[in-house]
Amino acid sequence: MTRAVVTGIGIASPNGLGPTAYWRATLQGETAIKPITRFDSANYWAKIAGEVPGFEAGRHLQGRLLPQTDHMTRLTLVGTDWALRGAGVQPNDIPDTDIAVITAATAGGYEFGQRELQKLWHQGPEYVSAYQSFAWFYAVNTGQISIRHGTRGPGAVVVSEQAGGIDSIGHARRQLRKGVQLALTGGMDSSLCPWAWVAHQASGRLSRNNNPRRAYLPFDRDASGYVAGEGGAIMVLETPESASERPGTRIYGEIVGYASTFDSRMPSREPGLKRAAELALRDAGMDASEIDVVFADAAGIPELDKAEAEAIKGIFGPYGVPVTAPKTMTGRLFAGGGSLDVASAILSIYWSAIPPTVNVENPVPEYELDLVMNEARHGKIKAALVLGRGKGGFNSAMVVREYR
Amino acid sequence: MSRRAVITGVGVVAPGGIGTKAYWNLLSEGRTATRIITHFDASPYRSRMAGEADFDPVREGLTPQEIRRLDRAAQFAVVAGREAMSDSGIEFDQLDPGRIGVSLGTAVGCTTSLEREFIVGSDRGKYWEVDQSYAVPHLYDYFTPSSMATELAWTVGAEGPVSVVSTGCTSGLDSVGYAAELIMEGSADVVVTGGTEAPLSPITVVCFDVIRASSTRNDDPTTACRPFDKTRDGLVLGEGCAIIVLEELEHARARGAHIYGEVAGFASRCNAYHMTGLHPEGIEMSDAINIALKQARADATDVGYINAHGSGTKQNDLHETAAFKRSLGAHAYKTPVSGFKSMIGHSLGAIGSLEIVGSLLAFEQDLIPPTANLHEQDPECDLDYTPLVAREKKVDTVLTVGSGFGGFQSAMVLKKVEGAGR
Repeated sequence: MTRAVVTGIGIASPNGLGPTAYWRATLQGETAIKPITRFDSANYWAKIAGEVPGFEAGRHLQGRLLPQTDHMTRLTLVGTDWALRGAGVQPNDIPDTDIAVITAATAGGYEFGQRELQKLWHQGPEYVSAYQSFAWFYAVNTGQISIRHGTRGPGAVVVSEQAGGIDSIGHARRQLRKGVQLALTGGMDSSLCPWAWVAHQASGRLSRNNNPRRAYLPFDRDASGYVAGEGGAIMVLETPESASERPGTRIYGEIVGYASTFDSRMPSREPGLKRAAELALRDAGMDASEIDVVFADAAGIPELDKAEAEAIKGIFGPYGVPVTAPKTMTGRLFAGGGSLDVASAILSIYWSAIPPTVNVENPVPEYELDLVMNEARHGKIKAALVLGRGKGGFNSAMVVREYR
Repeated sequence: MSRRAVITGVGVVAPGGIGTKAYWNLLSEGRTATRIITHFDASPYRSRMAGEADFDPVREGLTPQEIRRLDRAAQFAVVAGREAMSDSGIEFDQLDPGRIGVSLGTAVGCTTSLEREFIVGSDRGKYWEVDQSYAVPHLYDYFTPSSMATELAWTVGAEGPVSVVSTGCTSGLDSVGYAAELIMEGSADVVVTGGTEAPLSPITVVCFDVIRASSTRNDDPTTACRPFDKTRDGLVLGEGCAIIVLEELEHARARGAHIYGEVAGFASRCNAYHMTGLHPEGIEMSDAINIALKQARADATDVGYINAHGSGTKQNDLHETAAFKRSLGAHAYKTPVSGFKSMIGHSLGAIGSLEIVGSLLAFEQDLIPPTANLHEQDPECDLDYTPLVAREKKVDTVLTVGSGFGGFQSAMVLKKVEGAGR
């Protein structure tokens, strides 16, 4: 079977731009959840978020791209540049039809969309941007990456709420198996504008606690919902043969297992997260005992935390595996979250360290989880399991392993 | 032995009629269902026409709860999904739910509901800071289109892989291609797939107005969409939904199912050219066609019918005509081509699935639906576009293509299955 290795990682996270800054901050437990600055949050009950600071799109992208892109597309394009540069891929290294682009989306370019909706209804149809037809639709990031880098292989976009970031990487691996050499994949998301904020609040899942240290506490007895954030990760995924054509290419790790499942609406049925994890392990041909860390979905909602704890306990036994949720530092990043978790898992393996779950002080004892709290745990990590869930019933699991 | 994905059930909501039967009647008779928009007052806009579905959710069996909760596109998916389930003859509750998946295509998701709620919350765009007190409980479900896949998954009882595939105007082909991959790789035995779209709201109409992609033949809406005709002046929007039950071949044979055909080959390509523009040479679409044919182990000369994208823009007509010639060579001139958007408009992320279903029915009936409104063929488009009247022809391999904003080019090869429906 064709293997899939990660050779480039581009990250835009509230606690760091680029894999180096992100990883340093993440290992140190630097939280980036703060009062919202992107819009005036005075009239909304939720007032904190994880914003990517210091991102000046104009420094990275040509001026002509700015009027036609939403913030999330700009983050995506810069992240992709990063990943490609890290992987040492030069134009023409790889035939353009052998490069796939597979991204995840949740709500598209929402801020761009709000601006155009406002123009349409307040000023009139003649004021609507000519770019509206594509700047806010879900497929935009894949299209823009393809144009920017001249890739003419397969393109796809998957939407499965917050599980999509994992699904996109799973689908990219599928493309490698179908014969492409390299895939640009993952998700970067942002929906920090008033119109999106009203929707986030309506999800019923945002925390009503506006203390940045007390708002998003997965697996804690004070869990009260999550905090929304922006950012994510774009990766270069390729076959080892492709990577070996560029001598000196760094291989961060390998994607060895993936599966997704869905929760029944019937309460009598068991939620699908455990099954997704088991299927991903089976796909990897690995036993649970070979997993050194679990990057949890960590919903921060008591009943979902309980369900996840039960799934983890069901596979690994009580306190059977270190569990972590570095997203406590950034908030949940929607289509970007699963991808950033996979990137974190790969960096964990590469740098032999598990980043901490911050702010959690009183984990629910009945969950019986070995939650990595307060400080990073150092030591050899050979393989990690990444879990993700999306509102509506989506479950995804991915197994990553050191490359050997 | 390799696993193959076959179609055993279809369901349709389309302009001109609800249900597969009404849809086929329209296509086979070459009637058009485009008209002046009635869903809202379109008089301020440049293009005021669309293919609208006469869809009454109450008559189609949706509960008042479902009607209040679901965007129109999600309502379509539930109704067409039920028809497809029943048509397949599968007793879904007897299957292992973990082996049932869903892959649903949509380009703009629940935009219609989002726009409606925006108007209220912002007081017709007066306030940037949208008022939180007007937020409806299901606003977040409109925010992300994966909620529609959830709804369809609930309808069929899926607990396997579930996702929305959203690649603009090729979503309806790509979602079915994705579903076929799930079956072939063994992740599911049955995948309920297809595409749904109900994009007829001012913001989407204006999107196409401002780039002058849509037709302005407002005084003659029933003949406004004229692919391959030299008088064409743009696309006409549409709405609709087609849901397809895709099943592993042996699974279908074991229960003696009626098999419409096989998804024998599928490929997508990015054109890396322009977010809305097409290169007249059609290289990427041709690449996608070649790969899909190869996967289907079919030669260009096996193709008996080409279901075109046929959106009604000159750019598209030249693009795909070039792609067909590039891939099929001399055989392209002998192969009937037709475009359904001339009859039902362009329903963005749904149309690809509607075109698949129409092509499968062409298998069944040995009849190729025509391109409507094609009176004066553009001399630059020199293939056989099956003008006006359906044509009797026995076909066992169909090529269907799609092309969309973002540069997406997709091709699918559908084949008749030997010994189907014993």
